[in-house]
Amino acid sequence: MTLQVALRHTIGAFDLDVDFTCPAGVTAIFGRSGAGKTSIINAIAGLTPPDRGRIALGGRVLTDTHSHIPSHKRRIGYVFQDARLFPHLSVRRNLTFGAKPGQRAPTFDDIVGLLGLEAVLDRRPRTLSGGEAQRVALGRALLSAPDLLLLDEPLAALDDPRKQDILPYLEGLRAGPFHIPILYVSHSLDEVARLADHLILLENGRIMRQGPIMDVLGDPSALPYLGVRQAGAMIEATVTAHGTKHGTDGLSTLRTSAGQLELPGIAAPIGTRLRLRVMAQDVILSDRRPRGLSSRNVLPAVIQDIHMGGGPGAAVALVSGSDRLLARVTARAVREMNLHQGQAVFAIFKATTVAPLRIGR
Amino acid sequence: MTMSDAAWQALGLSIWVSIWATLMALPLAIAVAWLLARKDFFGKTLLSALVHLPLVLPPVVTGYLLLLSFGRRAPLGIFLENTFGLVLAFRWTGAVLAAIIMGFPLMVRAIRLAIEAVDPKLEQAAATLGLPAWAVAWRVTLPLAFPGILAGTVMGFAKAMGEFGATITFVANIPGETQTLPSAVHAFLQIPGGEGAAAALILWAVVISFGAIVLSEWLAQSVAKRIAGT
Repeated sequence: MTLQVALRHTIGAFDLDVDFTCPAGVTAIFGRSGAGKTSIINAIAGLTPPDRGRIALGGRVLTDTHSHIPSHKRRIGYVFQDARLFPHLSVRRNLTFGAKPGQRAPTFDDIVGLLGLEAVLDRRPRTLSGGEAQRVALGRALLSAPDLLLLDEPLAALDDPRKQDILPYLEGLRAGPFHIPILYVSHSLDEVARLADHLILLENGRIMRQGPIMDVLGDPSALPYLGVRQAGAMIEATVTAHGTKHGTDGLSTLRTSAGQLELPGIAAPIGTRLRLRVMAQDVILSDRRPRGLSSRNVLPAVIQDIHMGGGPGAAVALVSGSDRLLARVTARAVREMNLHQGQAVFAIFKATTVAPLRIGR
Repeated sequence: MTMSDAAWQALGLSIWVSIWATLMALPLAIAVAWLLARKDFFGKTLLSALVHLPLVLPPVVTGYLLLLSFGRRAPLGIFLENTFGLVLAFRWTGAVLAAIIMGFPLMVRAIRLAIEAVDPKLEQAAATLGLPAWAVAWRVTLPLAFPGILAGTVMGFAKAMGEFGATITFVANIPGETQTLPSAVHAFLQIPGGEGAAAALILWAVVISFGAIVLSEWLAQSVAKRIAGT
């Protein structure tokens, strides 16, 4: 099932004009507050009809110039930033609120198990922690058997440990038995990098870049929309060993398409495929294989593109094996090293800059 | 301080009339309060003004207007009598109508405030879970507004118990038929030495009013506690 969206909507001086398609899997809309993210998903959910546009899910037209299907007939699950559980009902009755008798899977037990809610079923929403409340909201949306799931910054109101609580459940959705498109709105690239298959970059009501997440994150021209400090490409890796032959030293060895990496604190079993997010500002470039360097992570790469910004920095797009990397260096370094397209270089980064949050399945 | 038969009758009639008036007014009051709180439509201000009119009109005027509309020779009165065999003027049923009209604005006001206090975001969430508007109102809005609905009900009941001006104008003061508690108190006080009989009824009025308020407070608190989940 595919979601097609084309919208034009004006609120005061703000003008939203977007056109995109969400295939199966997780599509993330990334943008700062006020970029128009929530306006888009409220229009998809039917909560605020757009001025003009067409929204279709599978073969069903939800919104166009002639028709506007009301929210309750759209079969779209919506997980709000603020959970919005019904305070007068127990967790159990919140979960089954939108479920119809005799509906197709998922079943109540599936969802309760998947989200780890067994212990809180008889409690009231007010007594739940923020993370628990969001898990209930997610379960409630899934149990209404939607054709599409909308997630509006479901982690934004949670502190870091709570985020870590709920992220694995969201990852479970990706791999889980729900073959429905998921549209995930966020202003956190960490979450997006961990969860999304497709990425849409939104700024001031316009789509700046969209495509498979690996391509968008590896695109040097997308760097201004991601923020210099948040930008970074993702590479795929497989865990090949934990520790050395002689025992454990906390480091794991991973194989990428271009070479070997050694990273600390990876809990995944051998053979697990991971996505590693390597921050652009943490990558150092060398025009020859470095010697006498403490970093254990050096990947051979070829410069594909150099994107000079207006400031002192430059974004360098690299191809390393079949993966893409992004490095942020100074414009002066580009000049003095005479970096150019097609040049063979070595990308170096410290093992500790790949933090656990940036590792997805 | 013993009560005469007339006094007992008046007390019984008042309670009977008030229960009928409250039960009949409540569904309509909830519907009107929901419309005023949640919907925008042409004529909303007019509806609101109409509902609240009895609050500001002199009760005697309201009673007289009722007599003009529902009297036995008035069009509406003739229609009701011919169609349903229902006579309102100078009957206890008319006292019920007067109590409904006079209590209605108080009920609508309390219920409307309670509905407005329910977070519309919860109603949006319910809609995305597949509930049509009536089901959202039934399963989310009204349960959350319940303490306010209860308060409105008690207000309506209390107003019905105390209604005097419109009632006496519309249905007069016929012992055993339309003589409610306030009418009886009024009648007793017209007779020299009737203060004793009036005092007993007055005491009853205080006890019933007080009991109703205590009961509704207790119910509202227990509901609020249930919602808070403590």
